[in-house]
Amino acid sequence: MTDGRVPAGVSDGLLVWPLSMPLTPVDTLETPSAEREYVWTLNFGPQHPATHTTLRLVLTLDGERVLNAVPYIGYLHSGFEKLGEHLDFNQYVTIVDRMNYLSPLANEIAWHHAVEKLLGIELTPRCKYLRTILAELMRMHDHLLNLGTTALDLGGFTAFLYFFQQREHIYDIVELASGQRFHTSYTRVGGVLFDVNTDWINRVRKFIREFPKVYDEVDRLLTKNRIFVDRTKGIGYLSRDEVINFSAVGPVARASGVERDLRRDEPYLAYADLDFDVICSRGGDCYARYLVRMQELLESLKIIEQAVENIPGGPVNIGVESDMVLPSKPSVYRSIEGLIQHFEVIMPNRGYEVPREQIYAATESPNGELGFYIVGNAETRAYRARTRPPSFIHFSMFPHMIRNHQLSDVVAVLGSINIIAAELDR
Amino acid sequence: MVCLTELQQKFGSQIVESHFRDNRRIDITTSILLPLLTSLKTEYGFNMLVDLTAVDWLEYDGATDRFSVIYLLLNLDSGERLAVRVPVNLPDAVLPSVYGLWRGADWMEREVWDMFGISFSGHPDLRRILMPEEFDAFPLRKDYPLKGRGERHNFPVITRSGS
Repeated sequence: MTDGRVPAGVSDGLLVWPLSMPLTPVDTLETPSAEREYVWTLNFGPQHPATHTTLRLVLTLDGERVLNAVPYIGYLHSGFEKLGEHLDFNQYVTIVDRMNYLSPLANEIAWHHAVEKLLGIELTPRCKYLRTILAELMRMHDHLLNLGTTALDLGGFTAFLYFFQQREHIYDIVELASGQRFHTSYTRVGGVLFDVNTDWINRVRKFIREFPKVYDEVDRLLTKNRIFVDRTKGIGYLSRDEVINFSAVGPVARASGVERDLRRDEPYLAYADLDFDVICSRGGDCYARYLVRMQELLESLKIIEQAVENIPGGPVNIGVESDMVLPSKPSVYRSIEGLIQHFEVIMPNRGYEVPREQIYAATESPNGELGFYIVGNAETRAYRARTRPPSFIHFSMFPHMIRNHQLSDVVAVLGSINIIAAELDR
Repeated sequence: MVCLTELQQKFGSQIVESHFRDNRRIDITTSILLPLLTSLKTEYGFNMLVDLTAVDWLEYDGATDRFSVIYLLLNLDSGERLAVRVPVNLPDAVLPSVYGLWRGADWMEREVWDMFGISFSGHPDLRRILMPEEFDAFPLRKDYPLKGRGERHNFPVITRSGS
């Protein structure tokens, strides 16, 4: 395996220190010997504007060259998985929201995707399309922030502002659907909280019309920008084999030539009906990851456009005949069946049949495969709710990616793997 | 597609297969864990370790073992998934590390150690990862209370004069 360096033809003229690291732990620091007295240590974080979240790195530096990086995580650990064993399937969605808080709805959809698979629920066509639109909006939401802040850290302020303006539009769309801008808690077992109306559809259409203009502007600002390209090209290189060996997924893996996208390979929701491309690159560096994310924005837009125009009518939630789903509010207030059903689902000593089984189900979240391993124990809450967090997996590669780069490349690499500490620590 | 009979011929009949929805699982014993995973990786193309996690069965009706460790494997070429489940019991909760097969197992094994106290022999750097070093319990075990044991209120306070 290479050492986070670009393999061929790149020589920085500096002392080549560990060309091939022996198979020692990535986190172990070598004791500085007499001839390495010039090695110094820098503490980066846990509160630093360029980490964007709460994480800490201890960097061992030779001048400005990074010899080693040791990540310390857990500052935001709040026992989400423990809470998942004490909250029921609908309540836990509020916690799942707060994992990757850049794309809260994508987490909710992933969680309820796994729960519905455990319970064996088939969603209504309208709900599938609605969730698909929301999942793709969240992908754009996440990528816009990631691309914007990466540019910001590398000195490009304008792109950040342009993209944040578009994120505001997505916030508005989400607010119109769920009543909440950020932590929406919108999905429920077997459906969503409220149905959307034509106003909402028109708002999404307006966003689809207006977004390409801003995209083009940012594309012109960054993609061929000399400074941006110099700061990202050849930085944080990962080969295809390394990516697979490190279990990386999503845009990070696709930028290194792994052709895998759960939307195409294990279609869920309405993805099987929609036409889109899986974006890959062979570059493997920060620039390739930037390009993949930029292209995925357009693919997401394409998916949203198709889904919005073809969204089927009919009910958004599965009917009251299934005893697992919360009835709609009007039916709770106006019919005895709805009231009984609401009572049965909400009260802790009632509930419904849950298989005593284990299941793993994953969706393609903006960061990669977000999966849940759920153990059911005949209660309406999970016996064990394991999250497979993409940030956690990606951050474990960081020491490997940054080794032998410059100190200023730390922010470029951190940005390109999109670490969200709340998901990292859970 | 992994053929169960082929694996059974190789490793004896300590392999039990089961299905739930589209998940395919095999239950094995600790002794054949490492050879089986090596064989799955090298001969059957399961080149990615998607996730490594554990479950504590303490409060589960009818469970015979204390823990299970679950390896979720993926064959990137065929898209086939396989879960390998292995039981672990106290007091000797140790499994061989798969760090040598997949570097991605590094932090996953550290997390399982941190949360469940299952250690992995051969892991080069098995430290706590999410909890602080001085924490002396395993929070995701079922006998650990939801609200903790007062650790939050008893953090050691380092004063300027005392440091």
